[in-house]
Amino acid sequence: MAKSIGIVAELGRETRVAATPATVKQLLGLGYDVVVEKGAGEAASFRDEDYSAAGALIVGADEAWGSDVVLRVNPPTVDEIGRLAEGATLIGSLSPGLRPELVEALAARPITALALDAVPRISRAQSMDVLSSMANIAGYRAVIEAAHEFGRFFTGQVTAAGKVPPAKVLVAGAGVAGLAAIGAASSLGAIVRATDPRPEVADQVKSIGGTYLKVEVEEEMKSSDGYAKATSEAYNRRAAEIYTEQARDVDIIITTALIPGRPAPKLLTADDVAAMKPGSVIVDMAAGQGGNVEGSVAGERIVTDNGVVILGYTDLPARLPAQASQLYGTNMLNLLKLLTKDKDGQLRIDFDDVVQRSVTVVREGEKTWPPPPVQVSAAPAVKTDPGTVAESTAPKKKQGLSAAGKAGLFAAGIAMLFGINAVAPAPLPQHFTVLMLSIVVGFYVIGKVHHALHTPLMSVTNAISGIIVVGALLQVTSDNIVMQVLAAIAVLLASINIFGGFAVTRRMLAMFSAGKARS
Amino acid sequence: MTDTVSGPLTADSIAGAAYIVAALLFILSLAGLSKHEKARAGVIYGITGMVVALSATIWLTLQDAWGTGHALTGLGLLVAAVVIGGAIGLWRARVVEMTGMPELIALLHSFVGLAAVLVGWNGHLEAPELSSDLMAIHHAEVFIGVFIGAVTFTGSIVAFLKLSARMKSSPLMLPGKNAINLGALAAFIALTVWYVNDSQLWLLIVVTLLALGLGWHLVASIGGGDMPVVVSMLNSYSGWAAAAAGFLLNNDLLIITGALVGSSGAYLSYIMCKAMNRSFISVIAGGFGIAAPASKGDTDHGEHREITAEATAEMLTNASSVVITPGYGMAVAQAQYPVAELAHQLREKGVNVRFGIHPVAGRLPGHMNVLLAEAKVPYDIVLEMDEINDDLGDTSVVLVIGANDTVNPAAAEDPGSPIAGMPVLKVWEAENVIVFKRSMAAGYAGVQNPLFYRDNSQMLFGDAKQRVEDILKAF
Repeated sequence: MAKSIGIVAELGRETRVAATPATVKQLLGLGYDVVVEKGAGEAASFRDEDYSAAGALIVGADEAWGSDVVLRVNPPTVDEIGRLAEGATLIGSLSPGLRPELVEALAARPITALALDAVPRISRAQSMDVLSSMANIAGYRAVIEAAHEFGRFFTGQVTAAGKVPPAKVLVAGAGVAGLAAIGAASSLGAIVRATDPRPEVADQVKSIGGTYLKVEVEEEMKSSDGYAKATSEAYNRRAAEIYTEQARDVDIIITTALIPGRPAPKLLTADDVAAMKPGSVIVDMAAGQGGNVEGSVAGERIVTDNGVVILGYTDLPARLPAQASQLYGTNMLNLLKLLTKDKDGQLRIDFDDVVQRSVTVVREGEKTWPPPPVQVSAAPAVKTDPGTVAESTAPKKKQGLSAAGKAGLFAAGIAMLFGINAVAPAPLPQHFTVLMLSIVVGFYVIGKVHHALHTPLMSVTNAISGIIVVGALLQVTSDNIVMQVLAAIAVLLASINIFGGFAVTRRMLAMFSAGKARS
Repeated sequence: MTDTVSGPLTADSIAGAAYIVAALLFILSLAGLSKHEKARAGVIYGITGMVVALSATIWLTLQDAWGTGHALTGLGLLVAAVVIGGAIGLWRARVVEMTGMPELIALLHSFVGLAAVLVGWNGHLEAPELSSDLMAIHHAEVFIGVFIGAVTFTGSIVAFLKLSARMKSSPLMLPGKNAINLGALAAFIALTVWYVNDSQLWLLIVVTLLALGLGWHLVASIGGGDMPVVVSMLNSYSGWAAAAAGFLLNNDLLIITGALVGSSGAYLSYIMCKAMNRSFISVIAGGFGIAAPASKGDTDHGEHREITAEATAEMLTNASSVVITPGYGMAVAQAQYPVAELAHQLREKGVNVRFGIHPVAGRLPGHMNVLLAEAKVPYDIVLEMDEINDDLGDTSVVLVIGANDTVNPAAAEDPGSPIAGMPVLKVWEAENVIVFKRSMAAGYAGVQNPLFYRDNSQMLFGDAKQRVEDILKAF
């Protein structure tokens, strides 16, 4: 029997929903029955009619919570955990690492709980990585929020009423959210700069229109004692200088710096904020984890004494509910695809698969958190088994051989040509002369043939190699009947070539036409 | 005119002059193919050259043998043969599908090969009166001509059978196949020496059979994906066969034409091999197929993502530039017409659509270009790999239709891959890649393609033609 999936409504100010009509349709394709709690998608502009048109059943809250598999965006309350049926599976963003009490509450019931936000960061699992997809949305929205607060254009303009300079935006941290913010800000026309301790992101920043500010640390610091710490100190000091310099210059700062399992690093001091121009905007995307900016408050809009707006919103993804639900629902769908290999509506968890193991917080009432650590490089690009090694060394050896071999063959060929012509009687050297010159002419002529015309080239050479008919013609009038028949067959074959080759070449060439749209 | 002096205008001298004119016209014909605009004029040159050469030869032949009985028989046979052959040729040229071009071309190569064998046999049957020195050369020429012709003949037949799927396209793996090939060559040299000293008919029969077997084995050992190289190699052989006949018959026109065709085929083979980053010898020896299974490791590539035709249509509509990279799969699915329609509609919407063609896409050099031309895709948006590769980074969407190994990032990034170093279309640099494919099976080279598991690529499964039509419906 196919299991049922229940899409339940979220609580409080949450606007997202765990499945959209589009993903519902695909969930049905995996063999499940889908029920949607009445009004679950309303805040994300998905109507109940849209869900039922996609094939879901609209039901009350109790029935949705009673499904075999319950999909959720936010973690459930203790109350809600009680509404789950025995043996049910709950999938949502549970942040198990930050909320041990929730894990205990889930483990108290005979249920299975999967945390979509615990997907390991390996490339195979990227299609389910809800943290990345939400960070992407948050980064975009942070720019929009900043633009909303900022009293000027982002893009520079020259108008009849005067020149407008472009806004300058600093993005601290070029992770998923940071890159999304850089992309959004630069496509609005702002000058975007970005900082990040990892120099390898410089190319990514550049590719979406930002300028990477490198933290240059003085050389001599490296030779002193306590190398790592000293460098780190020097680095931090230089980074702080960059932030102070930038704070004076830019109009908008978006900070995205987070260190897993630790409070967010302070990047901007109160002095830096005080040095900013009035009307400037700071979006502190790490406000929920303590904030990158001194003075930011989680979930609040603060205006400093010098007129700088600091936004500490923590619900940025939920401010784009339809978009966030679409991406969240697709991440969810991809996880369910992985759990429903046979598309038979039966959910199976395979603990040998690191992805499935990592997301499982509770399995049938048994706590399975934390999972064993996952090596991010679990899938090495190059296997170094003996087969591969043998293969990769083989071509090298061959090349070495052929380099010397080529010269040898060339010399041997020249010597042979010389030898044959030196001893050959009368007509042969002339023939070789003609042959050689023709080959040389041939190579130069063919080298100029347009690559697109290689097929017509082959058919036209087919046609002209039918010239062998000349040989057959000279023999067809022989007085030997066997020869005459053989020659006639040769003429017939060569004629097919000549007529067929030229005709098909003409047909092909007639098809090639230049674009009319090129006006 | 008196008959005491052999005047400047003999049949021979006229024929000789005609041959030189014909040879020049043939060169111009090939040179014409350097530009699309000049190509049709090139074919006219070729046809003119052929008419000149044939008229001169027929006149020369009849001049020599006029009035004798066998000349009349010969003339009758000649006319019948030309009419029948011409009719067959024109009929095939008219009805052939453009997707079937590789088969037709392979079959035409086999005719040249067989004709060369027959001319060679006749050379044995009617040995001219010559001094012993020249006689030895004549014998060697007969032998070499028959050998090359026979190898071309069976090789082309096998290529034709493989291309038309009448024969399994996977390579034939006989134990010690290189030894067989080398042994056959050694046997040929030994037999040549013997025949030059003692021209027995049975030796000629043995060498014919030997060459037929060698040609068969040579091409049977090469897999379907290497057919572009094989077909151009056979094109080259058919040229050398004609040149050998020219030596035999003391005919410079045959030598010139043969050399032109021979170098043309060799040049194409060279381009193809370079495009696959492989040496000519390794293709001929069919070594590729052996290396492939070793790398079929269970490397964890991750999950691929699917996309629907509707979502693809939407993505294409919003794209600013689209590049389509077709492969053999497009030819198999006969998808060129819907693909051309797709390109046309996107261009109407103002999307910059271009095609990126890998040199070895398809089963014949330039195969994709012909298919797209047939479907009326303007040739100026059909670009070569080198022309488009640098632009792929700025492309919104790349559609990979029926191509696999030619877009494999492993070739550029994984030094352990069997196709490492092969130049490929860098489609993965584009914003989005949509791969049209029947299933997740590996490509011809048996190499798994990491492209399918990239973050920016999505799979559209099913028959390419059907899927493209679905996209058109969704617009």
